[in-house]
Amino acid sequence: MLETKTAVEPTTAPTPFNLMQTLSRNRRFLFPVLALILILIGNRLISPTFFTIRVGPDGRLIGSLIDILNRGAPTVLLAIGMTLVIAAKGIDLSVGAVIAICGAVAAVLISTTTLPPLLVIAIAIGAGILCGLWNGILVALFDIQPIVATLILMVIGRGIAQLITEGQITTFSNESLEFVGTGLIGGFPFPIFLSVIVVALVWLLIRSTAIGMLIESVGANDRASFYAGIDATKIKLLVYIISGICAAITGLIITADIKGADANNAGLWKELDAILAVVIGGTALTGGRFYLIMSVVGALIIQSIQTGIYISGLPPTFNLIVQAVVILAILFLQSEDFRRLFTGAWAKLRRQS
Amino acid sequence: MRSRILPLIATLAVFVILYLIGWQRFPAFGTTRVVGNFLTDKSFLGIAAVGMTFVIIAGGIDLSVGSVIAFTGVFCALAIGQWGMHPLVASGLILLIGAAFGAAMGAVIYYFKIPAFIATLAGMFLARGGSFVLSQDSIPIDHPFVNDISQIFYVFPDRGRFSFVAFIFVVVLVVGIIIAHYTRFGRNIYAMGGNNTAALLLGVPVGRTTIGVYTLSSFLAALAGIVYALYTKSGYPRAAIGVELDAIAAVVIGGTLLTGGVGFVAGTFLGVMIQGIIQTYVNFDGTLNSWWTKIVIGLLLFLFIIIQKVLTSYRGTLTFRLIPGLSRPAAASGTSASPP
Amino acid sequence: MGFRELMSDAAEKQTPVLQTSKLTKWFGPVRALYDVDFNLYAGEVHAVLGENGAGKSTLVKLITGVYRKDSGAILLEGQAIEPHSPHEAQAYGISTVYQEINLIPTLSVAENLFLGRQPMRMGFIKTGEINSRAKALLKTYNLDIDASHTLSAFSVAVQQIVAIARGVDMSAKVLILDEPTSSLDAHEVQLLFEIMRSLKARGISILLITHFLNQVYEISDRITVLRNGEKIGEYLAASLPKRELVSLMLGRELVSVTDEGNTNGKAAHQNERSFLQVEGIARRGMLEPLDLSVAKGEIVGLAGLLGSGRTETAKLIFGVEQKDIGTIYVKGQKTTIRSPRQAIGQGFGMCPEDRKIDGIIPELSVRENIILALQAKRGWFKTLSRKRQEEIAVEMIEAMRIVTPDSTKPVGQLSGGNQQKVILARWLASQPELLILDEPTRGIDVGAHAEIIQLIKRLCADGLALLVISSELAEIVEYSHRVVVLRDRKKLTELTGDDISEQMIMHTIAES
Repeated sequence: MLETKTAVEPTTAPTPFNLMQTLSRNRRFLFPVLALILILIGNRLISPTFFTIRVGPDGRLIGSLIDILNRGAPTVLLAIGMTLVIAAKGIDLSVGAVIAICGAVAAVLISTTTLPPLLVIAIAIGAGILCGLWNGILVALFDIQPIVATLILMVIGRGIAQLITEGQITTFSNESLEFVGTGLIGGFPFPIFLSVIVVALVWLLIRSTAIGMLIESVGANDRASFYAGIDATKIKLLVYIISGICAAITGLIITADIKGADANNAGLWKELDAILAVVIGGTALTGGRFYLIMSVVGALIIQSIQTGIYISGLPPTFNLIVQAVVILAILFLQSEDFRRLFTGAWAKLRRQS
Repeated sequence: MRSRILPLIATLAVFVILYLIGWQRFPAFGTTRVVGNFLTDKSFLGIAAVGMTFVIIAGGIDLSVGSVIAFTGVFCALAIGQWGMHPLVASGLILLIGAAFGAAMGAVIYYFKIPAFIATLAGMFLARGGSFVLSQDSIPIDHPFVNDISQIFYVFPDRGRFSFVAFIFVVVLVVGIIIAHYTRFGRNIYAMGGNNTAALLLGVPVGRTTIGVYTLSSFLAALAGIVYALYTKSGYPRAAIGVELDAIAAVVIGGTLLTGGVGFVAGTFLGVMIQGIIQTYVNFDGTLNSWWTKIVIGLLLFLFIIIQKVLTSYRGTLTFRLIPGLSRPAAASGTSASPP
Repeated sequence: MGFRELMSDAAEKQTPVLQTSKLTKWFGPVRALYDVDFNLYAGEVHAVLGENGAGKSTLVKLITGVYRKDSGAILLEGQAIEPHSPHEAQAYGISTVYQEINLIPTLSVAENLFLGRQPMRMGFIKTGEINSRAKALLKTYNLDIDASHTLSAFSVAVQQIVAIARGVDMSAKVLILDEPTSSLDAHEVQLLFEIMRSLKARGISILLITHFLNQVYEISDRITVLRNGEKIGEYLAASLPKRELVSLMLGRELVSVTDEGNTNGKAAHQNERSFLQVEGIARRGMLEPLDLSVAKGEIVGLAGLLGSGRTETAKLIFGVEQKDIGTIYVKGQKTTIRSPRQAIGQGFGMCPEDRKIDGIIPELSVRENIILALQAKRGWFKTLSRKRQEEIAVEMIEAMRIVTPDSTKPVGQLSGGNQQKVILARWLASQPELLILDEPTRGIDVGAHAEIIQLIKRLCADGLALLVISSELAEIVEYSHRVVVLRDRKKLTELTGDDISEQMIMHTIAES
């Protein structure tokens, strides 16, 4: 056995930097980043102006890369919340419905009341918190399987949004609220700023405190976490609430972008994009270790594929097939049984020859 | 009372109460016309939900059914309208494709240990994407044979119609019940959902059964797609979005445990009919927002999940009494102690 | 060893129904079973005994095809067999009933009996016949129940009988019962024994694995003792005194009860005020009311065979399981402990027995695993700085001599001994006042073993209160100031001072 009586010198001195070693240790990070770069290069091959960014008449930066960041902001935001939920061995199917609810709340309040826009935004985010709390209570306190618990809100949510908008596509005109979706800061669309801010805030909350480690601990081994005195209930409530907040902000962006609330279609199937982004980013659906920034990369991969399909002139409906192929490819690569199947077949071949 | 049946009884009670409420408010609920319409309107959902019942009893889930329905519709419309196939040939072909599609998902789930949720999500994207690739728009189906089929119906004394698609639904239902309770395949599905490891140890062919159950689900989804195409006389790539959710809701409201192992095809029928009642009520009322349907269904879903939670966490132990004197022949029976 | 190996004359003449010869199984570098010759004769109940890690379950799993042997042979009625799955073993006539009953809880009793072999007519199952045949079958086991009810609605005893009935009905020559009585009450145990006797009368051979010694003597004809993967011997139950059996299992010879005992503080702490005082804690089916106290700077050992209630005591104190009755006092104050979290709040820490399931977080790094309990105690926001975390981790890695390249390595990749040290480090970092250690040295190589014992002593000298569970009597004797001896979920006695010796402990377990 490896164990010896004399302990190995504790490594206080940093080992010299070794590129290959670093690469192999960080293969998990390398793979999605490489995939993103390859997809971007692929897009460049389709469209020569893909990397070009020019300044529009109103000071707006225009270009496919900006577009990917802007259009990808909702998926990035959702993927952040979803990463934490999945890390804690959960899943949140309701984010699409929460987007619809929060968008409806904001649109109705801004168009029918005289509340200041900031308060409206706060109320909409409050609605997201409530939705997250509901999911969290079902999962953490009632101990209902996450997939089932969040299915309830997924089914009910759009109905609630419809009730809020009274079945109309509520439109509004309010510069402050519209700014959330279409505003510019230094030429960059506001959603990009928003997603960067949220990523930074969540990262700070999770990684500069102990919360991230506790989430991973609960997700990786809940029994051992129980023995170690971790309060899993609070952790689970927290991750669903964060997911609710992220969905609410996404709802605000989408609503502000179209200047109206569409309870039927706002955020439809967005939960699937978010889950996919998390999985591509390398966080396992079985919980445990999570990679917040990699989920962002995953979301950008999805958006780059969609943008690529768009600029290539293929109908946007190819998104689904391409996404399906990407999911399957990634999952097969992650599946040990799949790899074993091939290494086994390889070994057999060699034995025979 | 057998605890297995309790959820089913709750479902039946909800069904009866909702029906009575509807009848009291709108006397038309009592006519065969409305009842016949329930069956016809919900037949495609019902057929898909029967397949979903088996998947959920086996401890899995199938998110692809709505997309498979849409794909089937588009495929049939093209096959009949553009490729000149006879509707029967087109139907046979798409049923085979559906079964193969399901078998592939089952194989991915079993052999690569990929969660059913993700594997069928990929299936959902593939089938939906496939239908968009076939066509962007709604394609009408116009074929003498199809028109003839739609004209087949049984007329009740008060002029309600029992349509051909409703007939297919009822046949699927009956066959589903028989498969569930009277075949080894069916019982193996229950065993697998009840305890996968134990099922393996007891000799249940887990791989074959897993693949079989997804094959069955996709086959029935394709059949539902045919029924849907007959019903709407068209194929549309955006059709049946979210039908998987309605089907899951019907299954759960029908008393099937989402944890697997316990459930009833007949309960799923009630679950589908409950959705029909709610929708009809909302339609008849006229003042209610149609989204009340979703909300009420969602609330029922919540109610039944809570009921399930309570039932499964309650580990009741039936009392039993043993016959003393074991060395004696067993014929010397003691007091029978059937459970209360 | 100086023990008689007793073989009955009758048995020597006949061929065993089931035989293993030089059966060997390795798990990586670990020898789980080595050269074991095991003989099961027709119509006998043969108990296989040994402490944890002795190789009992490996033997069973090799026979039933869960594992593949590395060398040796398995013979059924003289024919070599090589089952690849429990299902295949069943086809040979070897049925197994596991402790965690492997039936389908959601199916009816009748369906469990006939799953996969239902009576069919024209491709359809004859449901009515299943129920009537099940009822008739269970009647032969003197069980009169409505077989159409869900299995989970019945008690464990009934489920066990159903599992036995299924196995035997599918033509069993050999029935393997793995800890069949661990969740049965006394009445149910008798019932099971009646059934075993009647099966024996029908010529079925039964291999019994159990840790209840009294039951072994009540039901078995022959005993095979395993230790550390090797066969110690095969004995007739009637001519093997219980004391000898205990010493065979533990691997210590029984001499008269007069040797040196331990040299620890001789009840020096008896009069000091206890840090932990436990009065009459009990839980139905787990532990009978038990009193216990531990003072600071004192080590209290919990001794007893597997299943005697040692681990259960620890779990009730640490709040992992809820006690039905009883009171816990910490520093003389009555306290409620309903979860490990509350126990930790009282200054407790516990290294659980199964470190893979209850201990380590395999994906997290050594550093994170070490600071986990401390951080959980501090809450979400009183975060330990990365620098402080690293300091604690390095300090612990050095102090405990944890062999790891650095503190970022995932704990799941360390060896068993080092994982155990990491968990110990986790609790030490949380600065507890009472540490409960459940089998701290299990599955650890010799070097690490000695280190951990040194550490336990050092912690005690530092003023910690320690409650230690171990199957290694020598170990318990070496460091304990007092030893609580348990058997059959009951506290038998408490040994102090000179009374603490391996002989005395074994004597207490076997005789009282």
